[in-house]
Amino acid sequence: MEMPAPDARVLSRKDYIVERLCAVLPKDAVISDISETRAYECDALTAYKCPPLCAVLPANTQEVAAVLKICHELDVPVVPRGSGTSLAGGALPTADSVILGVAKMNQVIETNYDDRYIRVQTGRTNLSVTGAVEANGFFYAPDPSSQLACAIAGNIAMNSGGAHCLKYGVTTNNLMGVTMVTMDGTVVELGGAHLDAAGLDLLGLICGSEGQLGVVTEATLRILHKPEGARPVLMGYDSSEVAGQVVTDIIKAGILPVAIEFMDRPCIEATEAFAKAGYPMCEALLIVEVEGSESEIDAQLKLIMEIAAKHNPVELREAKDADEAGRIWLGRKSAFGAMGQINDYMCLDGTIPVSSLPFVLKRIGEMSKEFGLHVGNVFHAGDGNMHPLILFDANKPGDLELCEEFGAEILKLCVEVGGCLTGEHGVGIEKRDLMNVQFDPVDLEAQMAIKDVFDPKWLLNAAKVFPLATSEERRAA
Amino acid sequence: MTPKSEAELAQMIKGANAPLRIQGGGTRPIGHAHGDGLETGALAGVTLYEPGALTIVAQAGTPVAEIEKTLAKENQRLAFEPMDHRTLLGTKGEPTIGGVVAANVSGPRRISVGACRDFMLGVRFVDGAGDIIKNGGRVMKNVTGYDLVKLMTGAYGTLGVLTEVSMKVLPDVAAQAMLTLDGLNDTQAIAAMSAGLSSPYEVTGVAHDPQEGKTLFRLEGFPDSIAYRADALTKHLARFGTAATTEDTQLVKDTWIGIRDVGAFAGKDGDVWRISAKPSDAPDLVAKIGPKAVQYDWGGGLIWVLTDPGRNIRTALGDFDGHATLIRGGAEFPTFQPEPPALAAITAGLRAKFDPRGILNPGMMN
Repeated sequence: MEMPAPDARVLSRKDYIVERLCAVLPKDAVISDISETRAYECDALTAYKCPPLCAVLPANTQEVAAVLKICHELDVPVVPRGSGTSLAGGALPTADSVILGVAKMNQVIETNYDDRYIRVQTGRTNLSVTGAVEANGFFYAPDPSSQLACAIAGNIAMNSGGAHCLKYGVTTNNLMGVTMVTMDGTVVELGGAHLDAAGLDLLGLICGSEGQLGVVTEATLRILHKPEGARPVLMGYDSSEVAGQVVTDIIKAGILPVAIEFMDRPCIEATEAFAKAGYPMCEALLIVEVEGSESEIDAQLKLIMEIAAKHNPVELREAKDADEAGRIWLGRKSAFGAMGQINDYMCLDGTIPVSSLPFVLKRIGEMSKEFGLHVGNVFHAGDGNMHPLILFDANKPGDLELCEEFGAEILKLCVEVGGCLTGEHGVGIEKRDLMNVQFDPVDLEAQMAIKDVFDPKWLLNAAKVFPLATSEERRAA
Repeated sequence: MTPKSEAELAQMIKGANAPLRIQGGGTRPIGHAHGDGLETGALAGVTLYEPGALTIVAQAGTPVAEIEKTLAKENQRLAFEPMDHRTLLGTKGEPTIGGVVAANVSGPRRISVGACRDFMLGVRFVDGAGDIIKNGGRVMKNVTGYDLVKLMTGAYGTLGVLTEVSMKVLPDVAAQAMLTLDGLNDTQAIAAMSAGLSSPYEVTGVAHDPQEGKTLFRLEGFPDSIAYRADALTKHLARFGTAATTEDTQLVKDTWIGIRDVGAFAGKDGDVWRISAKPSDAPDLVAKIGPKAVQYDWGGGLIWVLTDPGRNIRTALGDFDGHATLIRGGAEFPTFQPEPPALAAITAGLRAKFDPRGILNPGMMN
């Protein structure tokens, strides 16, 4: 993955830049020693590393504004960073950039149960947002797998999803307002404790803009009362076609499960070896979860089991209690860890129309043979968001490149069948150069025109999202 | 002008040398639009419908009624239940899906499932330079590039003319029920509605009509589930009085169409304002306005007020967490809430990029 060459003028002024930043931040909030900046050299896409010029850890909106104002004045690139859990390289620095980390900004500002929202500083982790309200029976719905570590700032930047978004939506559907600082240091308020912010939907535009339009420092998030209960069923089938048909039939029957998860054989095998969840060995495994009161769950599961039974399942297992429910989820939740035990892996994130599932899985199987790399598929089947995990050996020369090539072919396939490159991880640097596959030049031009408005100098996380050649003129200007 | 294809529309915009007034079915004359009429009605038809994937794609000029009919055949629906403005505004014509999207029109279910913008998956549009642009797609999870889909939703055609929209749909429900509390004042009603929405019983509509003194809660789903939840919700709301329950699905449907379309204000003299607010602020805001009539929806988060003609209620409201839009009534003051300078600058910047000649519904969103 290529990154732009660092700006020599910026590198040569490091001392002055650090001095200016130290003037507006507490001493311990500016990190410039090379032994310490290394902590910020990469995010969860660990194949790519580059220590930044320095890192700053502001504690509030005013400090963020002060930092951005200085960087804007001195033409210093800025890379915002939540918790650094991006799988797409969204927080990867360049050597001439200031990492702006929001980790110190983790306070709850307000909770309001009557109006059902919480306002937090965006360095707060996803899970601790729910943690702040669960004693009162509430939760924050978006639940990315990394929720223990990932920050709301990163969730907003990437418009993160999760396993339960079929019912509750993704970040953008649960975000009511933000305080954001633009690259020139201007503080803007979008939305608030009311629904449907005034004017153009800038809130919708900011969410998922990968930290390229501004740094979000505070967020008002919708909170919901927890359901009375939830229960999963597990079903196994001899082919992915049949499993796909079961998903379609459940949805067409008017049931909206809170989650429908899919795993294929390679993934089941790896998971069983690792977590011993007691999954059946079959071509396709589905976990379907519904919510409500005991009687409502019974009624919904009865309908789902009837549909499932019609398609000759290899196995059909309903959780009788919390322990069995835990066992059903155990394998799915350890899938990534299990694959990681076998080898290094790359996790893809393309989305496809649900109807294309069997075809896409068949093609991935064929490509796996062509490339000589194993792949396991985990899949949010209700919404078509795939997570193929390609195994490779990072110590074997050329294997990473081969894996990336294979990944690119899978993502092209996703676009070909009417889907997209990324469902919830974001473009970052990982899928940047594939944007031309999904978009025509005029489509990308319209998106870049938006960045022109918010960040005319193209200083904020500018080496991401758009193919470098496409954004070169703007970045160089 | 009535273009028959996206390409023709693009040519018309390229060749335009005067402002264009963009119109779908013409049933929502909101805002100050002027210019040569540009109608999207000939760009009609459902392009793709996959019930198993909960997805529909349609050309912008497709009548909402046609989409609803198509969905009903598969027992599905537009869950955000777009308001039909003809009742309130006394307009004729056929509402189009493009109009719904351009104005981000939602109904009472917005409080539980989201607004029109939350169901939008993809758009195709022609910008002010005449370029055809696509964004999003037809899949439910998509974070590839910037979300122009949301930006275009609710932009009232000022950034581009929609030609095709792609949306998420949901299963229709087998039955509906409604709980009614009587005699609550506005503050009590807001508290009761908040209690309903803060329960696990999946209330899909909460409205209060102060004139009738009725506070309404809608439940939807399978009949057994509704019966259970109606009972549980009644107990949950006991401190506000004994709620009356009806399980007459048709009656419930009709009642909520009335709320959706603000039928109570139809044919009554005066201006109509739509206020988006923090629910617990709602009674105070209404007291400041002193309107002729009020309807609270979204648990108090959406306030409809009927006022004497020509009054700018923003003066009375002052600074508040929310915004007010003039939906019916001629006035010299802005239809939409004026933006603070920093936001106004961003908005102006975006308009200059997407409509450099300023010909798409100029002044519409002022």
